[in-house]
Amino acid sequence: MSETPPPPEGLLAELTHRCPLACPYCSNPLNLDAPRDEMSTDEWKRIFSQAAELGVLHLHLSGGEPCSRRDLAELVAHAVEVGLYTNLITSGIGLTRDLFDRLVAAGLDHIQLSIQGVDAPQADWIGGYKGGYAKKREVAAWVTAEGLPLTVNAVIHRGNVEDAPRMVDLAVELGARRVEIAHTQYYGWALKNRGKLMPTREQSDRAYAAVEARRAHYLGTVVIDHVAPDYHARYPKACMSGWGRQTMNVSPSGKVLPCHSAEIIPGLVFWNAREKSLADIWSHSPAFEAFRGFEWMQEPCRSCERKAVDFGGCRCQAMALLGDAKACDPICVKSPHHALVDEIAALDSAGAVDGFAPRRYAREPKATEPA
Amino acid sequence: MIADDARPRLPRGVRLREDKVRARWVLLAPERIVKVNPIAVEILRLCDGARNLGEIVADLAQRFKADPERIAADVRALLASLAEKKMVET
Ligand code: SF4
Ligand code: SF4
Repeated sequence: MSETPPPPEGLLAELTHRCPLACPYCSNPLNLDAPRDEMSTDEWKRIFSQAAELGVLHLHLSGGEPCSRRDLAELVAHAVEVGLYTNLITSGIGLTRDLFDRLVAAGLDHIQLSIQGVDAPQADWIGGYKGGYAKKREVAAWVTAEGLPLTVNAVIHRGNVEDAPRMVDLAVELGARRVEIAHTQYYGWALKNRGKLMPTREQSDRAYAAVEARRAHYLGTVVIDHVAPDYHARYPKACMSGWGRQTMNVSPSGKVLPCHSAEIIPGLVFWNAREKSLADIWSHSPAFEAFRGFEWMQEPCRSCERKAVDFGGCRCQAMALLGDAKACDPICVKSPHHALVDEIAALDSAGAVDGFAPRRYAREPKATEPA
Repeated sequence: MIADDARPRLPRGVRLREDKVRARWVLLAPERIVKVNPIAVEILRLCDGARNLGEIVADLAQRFKADPERIAADVRALLASLAEKKMVET
């Protein structure tokens, strides 16, 4: 495709892969970017300016744990100045009162706080961080007292699936304006831990229905965003709203990715924001061009009436499960390999839940952190 | 139903902004981008938490020389749908 694609609406900035938690479903790649390779304050600022110019409206500051960056408030101030709607995606750990006040002063628009469980024992076990749950409650109280919108984000898996509806209640209790109940998507660390995370079909169906049943009850109180359990679905999700259509991800070291997991697809060439402008990357980077439009598709997607609805599902999932990034996402009932997904889900949900592979750097990086 | 003396406003974290790149106006909220047509822009600009619904309708009716009843219906419909999404406080 040679014509300029419509500009992206969102940019996810993974400011750092450092994080005090070790969630078994972390969506970061197994090969985490080392602290010494992280971009500088000025490099990030330049990227935010370019993003605003390109047409990005929403900026998501994520990680790892973005509060691990000492320049976070300065980065927020710059993003706000160039007109971006600025969202902080945080575990709350590392967010001090002083930093919170500086973020508010900088003009931060929204905070998305992750919650790992409905009480301290469950949450601290899953996040692998003692005292985490109490700290999150404290952060939620700061956010609501300040009047900033709070989203509570909960990832659902076998270790907490029975509590999914109570997560919604907890979010309301914490004063959230929006709650995201997301059944685990199996990428990165979650794929590695799939055998420990997968609920049974009955569990995920029950949890899904129970959360949906809260919708009418909480209408006007909290906005519920619900991410369905992939492996138990009939049709795949419209991953990233279509490859290279709405959002881009920038890794801590400046790699610009169509989605956070795209690096698992062999042969894709990613351009780096340290070397090229975002506009150039968005329009011309081979990785973004690879699965734009419908030309790359195979059957059954190519002649399917839903191809503009779900874009053939997820490329990374086709890669991870079938070894072919161009294949129809096997989550789809029309995929000739759909039975494989049922098999995996049944097999993986049968075992014990303990002993997650802990999220950590592949080789301990040298202890030099950027100033 | 929104009361006549309600003083609607955009809550913290909801921003009405021109999207120059796409030549349109948008309401930005957590994980939501809502396209706003020119009439809605006029309505939302008056939702400052100071004016009440009656004053907003009167202002618009006068400026656009339109029937206040129809304007009131439009304003209520817009605000009700945005309130459900937590994008307006009344
Ligand atoms: S998912 Fe958990 S481990 Fe991964 S970055 Fe977020 S808080 Fe850290
Ligand atoms: S065949 Fe492809 S395009 Fe059709 S529904 Fe399945 S994944 Fe979507």
